[in-house]
Amino acid sequence: MTSRLPQTKGGFNFDNYVRNAALEGRGLAVPKATKTGTTIVGLIYKDGIVLGADTRATSGPIVADKNCEKIHYLAPNMYCCGAGTAADTEMTTSLISSQLELHRLSTGRQARVDTAMTLLKQMLFKHQGHIGAALVLGGVDIKGPHLYTIAPHGSTDKLPYVTMGSGSLAAMSVFESRYKPGLSREEGIELVKDAIEAGIFNDLGSGSNVDVTVITSERVETLRNYARPNERGIKEASYKYPPGTTKVLKTSIRDLMDISETVKVATTEAMDIS
Amino acid sequence: MLSTYPGQPAVDHPVSAPIEHRFDPYVDNGGTLLSIAGDEFCVVAADTRQSEGYLINSRYVPKSVKLSDKTVISMGGCYADCLTLTKRIQQSMEWYHHAHGKTMSTAAVAQMLSIMLYQKRFFPFYSWCILGGLDEEGKGAVYTYDPVGSYERESCRCAGSASSLIQPFLDNQISFKNQETQRRNLSLEQVLRITKDSFTSATERDIYTGDYLEIFVITKNGVQVQKMDLKKD
Amino acid sequence: MAYNGGAVVAMTGKNCVAIACDKRLGVQAMTVSMEFKKTFQIAPKLFIGLPGLATDVQTLAEKFRFKANMYKLKEERELEPRTFAHLVSSTLYERRFSPWYVEPVIAGLDKENRPFIASADLIGCLDFAEDFSVSGTTSNQLFGMCESLWEPDLEPEELFETISQALMNAVDRDCLSGWGAEVIVITPDKVITRTLKSRQD
Repeated sequence: MTSRLPQTKGGFNFDNYVRNAALEGRGLAVPKATKTGTTIVGLIYKDGIVLGADTRATSGPIVADKNCEKIHYLAPNMYCCGAGTAADTEMTTSLISSQLELHRLSTGRQARVDTAMTLLKQMLFKHQGHIGAALVLGGVDIKGPHLYTIAPHGSTDKLPYVTMGSGSLAAMSVFESRYKPGLSREEGIELVKDAIEAGIFNDLGSGSNVDVTVITSERVETLRNYARPNERGIKEASYKYPPGTTKVLKTSIRDLMDISETVKVATTEAMDIS
Repeated sequence: MLSTYPGQPAVDHPVSAPIEHRFDPYVDNGGTLLSIAGDEFCVVAADTRQSEGYLINSRYVPKSVKLSDKTVISMGGCYADCLTLTKRIQQSMEWYHHAHGKTMSTAAVAQMLSIMLYQKRFFPFYSWCILGGLDEEGKGAVYTYDPVGSYERESCRCAGSASSLIQPFLDNQISFKNQETQRRNLSLEQVLRITKDSFTSATERDIYTGDYLEIFVITKNGVQVQKMDLKKD
Repeated sequence: MAYNGGAVVAMTGKNCVAIACDKRLGVQAMTVSMEFKKTFQIAPKLFIGLPGLATDVQTLAEKFRFKANMYKLKEERELEPRTFAHLVSSTLYERRFSPWYVEPVIAGLDKENRPFIASADLIGCLDFAEDFSVSGTTSNQLFGMCESLWEPDLEPEELFETISQALMNAVDRDCLSGWGAEVIVITPDKVITRTLKSRQD
């Protein structure tokens, strides 16, 4: 069936641009997009990569999501942590993820980490920093473990241990004092956890829980909420209201019912096909 | 943005226009404070986090100060201004004591604070003040201020970074707003429970509120201080 | 957002969800209408709340109605809340650099009658919550109220009282929202819509 939806050619739509600029010119405050203040980190250990992230998303000084996921899936052998404008990190990683899937299907090979890195940086550079995604990309391919940071303008770094986001300095101070090459799996996870917790406690843009993802050449372990150092305080009282507390002017109830149709097949004589 | 020269921002065109430097002596150090007046008591509570931007300066900097056995002041906003203002109040109260041989009443401190704030009408103290205490009859009293000295006596008030989160909750639970039930007087225990729940909830959603909660309870027996843990993230 | 004002909140309960909105339409400080509802039905057990710039609220409500109907015709099945949330997200992100000024809240029951709520920012970043979602000029006040009042496993009638009190007390501290409120409670076999008596100032 042909859709009557206007077909777009792909890419962004700028139809509201002039209107929005005019509204802004008249002094209308632009709504705030959700940001991930964020601490995200990654390191190379003996057998692969450990990625870590906190789980706080903010809108200005308010916590919009207390337990969001910042370690995004890219490919079976690659994951990517995102900091910055939350929608941008989400959409950019899922776009590249689908491109990598097609790449895998057409080549019949596992995608390489630097392929993903190049796709991401070209996407971000093309948009000249307007897509506010700061990424930590980690994965293991045929050439071994690789770890990159990708800045919103498209510049990249390849390092054995990296941090990004508003809590990057707090996390990096932990890495700088304790990272050494050839860490074991347990040491790697513990160091990543401590680095994220340094961000959680010392940076107001980061908070709540620690997510960890471990990537080796054999498998991926997703340790969602690996540490939960910030359980909510127990409430002193219950604030349930007795029925009738709120004054109601009008009530309308719409009953929903399941309409099931039973089709009875009439038994007729079999067609004569002789 | 990455720059070739450390410490210098990347500029894509030469800057020759004169640069105007503005004098901006105010910072917002965050934090939340509240006060609730009861029949024979008053509760003044504040978190103890002091922050600047995304940084925590300290996890324990009290915002409330005991001024007398019947009066406690709590302030949020620019900490330097709050500190100076508190010192001025304390000094004036001491002079009052020397001149008149008695401690200033809560209502008198309240009036004086309004004047002190308005004296700096065109270079104000950046401070949100709440004065809590007992009045001459021994009833709980809460006085709230804007930075330039407009003040009002109320039954409960929240100020500071999470004020917009807590104030509607106090309207509902302390003043019984929008409820078809009979309003009743709350006991000290109930008020303390509501106070603690206000702060644990605000800590969940406001990044500037957290670390510790310090509660001042003012009764006819004097001022008692309680401390409680809040989340540290 | 602050041009027309508005507030929307959604909460989950035990096998039920609720979504509530205020009814004010303003032009900055001047109130123009007190019958401007911001929630729209998408499927029998699926609603979307759209606070924001009124022109975009109405444009998007029609756009989503169209897209949801096309989905139902093409797929010959009901639109699931989670699917609809992603539809909303991509519709908004398409205009990343010239956005619609709305912050949608989605509430519904899925085909197993499990509660689902989510909210998005103006460029389509989804936030799946297990407790409550808030949006609009009153979001701070609503966050404070919901964080204190909400508790798990509320029955439909308890959920109604909790969400109503959260909304009414929140909008009373926001001069751009209020002037009446509407609450919709969705249960597996009923959709209950109630208009609340609230302050008109």
